[in-house]
Amino acid sequence: MKVYFDNNATTPLHPEVKKEMIAAMEMYGNPSSMHAYGREAKANVEDARQRVASFINADDQEIVFVGSGSEANNTVLSLFVCASAQCIPGTTARGTIITTKIEHPCVLETSECLMHRGVNVKFLDVDRYGRVDLDQLKDMLNDDIGLVSVMMANNEIGTMQDIASITKMVHECGAFMHTDAVQAVGKVPVDVRALGVDFLTMSAHKIYGPKGVGALYVKQGTPYCPLIRGGHQERGRRAGTENTLGILGLGKAVEMRALEMHDEHDRLLGLKDVLRKGIEEKIDDIHFNGHPTESLAGTLNVSFPGAEGESILLYLDLEGIAVSTGSACASGSLDPSHVLLATGVDAERAHGSIRISLGRESTMEHVQHMLNVLPGVIERIRNMSTAYIKGGTHAASR
Amino acid sequence: MLQAGEWAYSEKLKEHFMNPKNILQGEDTDAFDGVGMEGNLQCGDQMMVVIKVDREKEVITDCQWKTYGCASAIASTSILSEMVKGMTLTEAFNISPKDVAKELGGLPENKIHCSVLGDKALRAAINNYYVRNGMENRVMEEKAKIVCQCMNITDHDIEEAVLEGARTYFELQERTKLGTVCGQCKDEAESLLEKFKHLHFGA
Repeated sequence: MKVYFDNNATTPLHPEVKKEMIAAMEMYGNPSSMHAYGREAKANVEDARQRVASFINADDQEIVFVGSGSEANNTVLSLFVCASAQCIPGTTARGTIITTKIEHPCVLETSECLMHRGVNVKFLDVDRYGRVDLDQLKDMLNDDIGLVSVMMANNEIGTMQDIASITKMVHECGAFMHTDAVQAVGKVPVDVRALGVDFLTMSAHKIYGPKGVGALYVKQGTPYCPLIRGGHQERGRRAGTENTLGILGLGKAVEMRALEMHDEHDRLLGLKDVLRKGIEEKIDDIHFNGHPTESLAGTLNVSFPGAEGESILLYLDLEGIAVSTGSACASGSLDPSHVLLATGVDAERAHGSIRISLGRESTMEHVQHMLNVLPGVIERIRNMSTAYIKGGTHAASR
Repeated sequence: MLQAGEWAYSEKLKEHFMNPKNILQGEDTDAFDGVGMEGNLQCGDQMMVVIKVDREKEVITDCQWKTYGCASAIASTSILSEMVKGMTLTEAFNISPKDVAKELGGLPENKIHCSVLGDKALRAAINNYYVRNGMENRVMEEKAKIVCQCMNITDHDIEEAVLEGARTYFELQERTKLGTVCGQCKDEAESLLEKFKHLHFGA
């Protein structure tokens, strides 16, 4: 049996999205052209824009199509440091950005780059469930803060933040608010007016759309500066000929999400519950990471001390099950998951963590297969692990 | 190009990961003549090697292990345990990470550091055998030598940085801060850099 439990990494195309994209495959006109070919492409792009806008309760003109969630996040963080008064009237005097320690690397590494360019960046701590400390944010906020960027749902542990409350605090101090909602849009209801945010990032391939396309919501009247210049596309906000097919796919993807996400949410919660209880029952000495309730329905992150994550991932892969891990070895770096470390999990637990992320194609059969295979895999790895030798770290716990 | 279903690892490595040889069963090491352990769980890699020795011939007759780590860590200890059986203690002591990687059919560059603990643990086991048998004089310590006096950086630190990806003096400085004060250690550091690049990556 093939089981794909890595839906937070990426998702398969929704069959309806695939159908619509294949039907549009012959469309090659440039949306900027005035002739019939161009007008057809333009109509498709604008139709998608309208679908995306209505999905998050925005106006069409507030949606900028971009190449990825990472590009959207880079755009927001980078526009803040633009020194041109035309680009960001009123914010250039504010030299500090606040973000969190559990953001996606595209936010953290851009922040690091900004720090080299003289911008002051502060990083909010999170509690052991991965929730931002609102008191700490309150203490940090002052009239030097220009932008606050907090992700809505974390990709590794699924923990959700109270973006509406955070935004209220941020606006009270006169700063702008951005949320990276790549993992949230299409999984939980997202209404930009209710949240109040100034910028919001979303991506197509996490919600059964194609790779290589995302969208940035920019609230009307918010200062803006393009990351990619040299064209009038997207009303001058993102140069480059539009990825028409991808944009069309994103439009269809959000339309399908609107139809399916509510029922799917409850179904995935049920599956996750079975998975969680099964793991708890069948395997000793485990730890669940992330928030028990304020979390994405399909995301379960669990640590198996004494077993290293890449080994777990690869033994599961041999059994046809795809998951991801917070271990250093699988990431190509030497440090385990920065998200887990920020929640106070020790390095060993982070190295021994796997993320199981369910999606619309996940079934009870998949969950049962996982529960049949996983205990044997963990047992096997622990049997060859130094953690359980006499006097070893976990010798007494078994 | 990586084909679907194909791993980033060699077939040999995959075989040793799927069916590791000579895993120490149980939690007891009392039946062995030498025990060595390197690494720690917090770093993501720990290896223990235990050996039985023919005292007359000074030949390793059995080698078993436990490993906490990724696929290349597990496979490299497994293959090491096969390699050393029948070797004299001196031969076994001289096994390098490169020998292990070669036997495995090569390792991805970012995985070399996962395989260096096995031979270290083996040397620790051999030294442990010497100590247990009253041959302290034969123990060969791997003493670290300070290269950069200002920042207190040793040859071991340089080796570690090379294994983690440093290939140029600048990258070495980025990782270790070596030579960032007086700079007098530059020549020695550069020659060690070349030495470890050659030792581990054959470059």
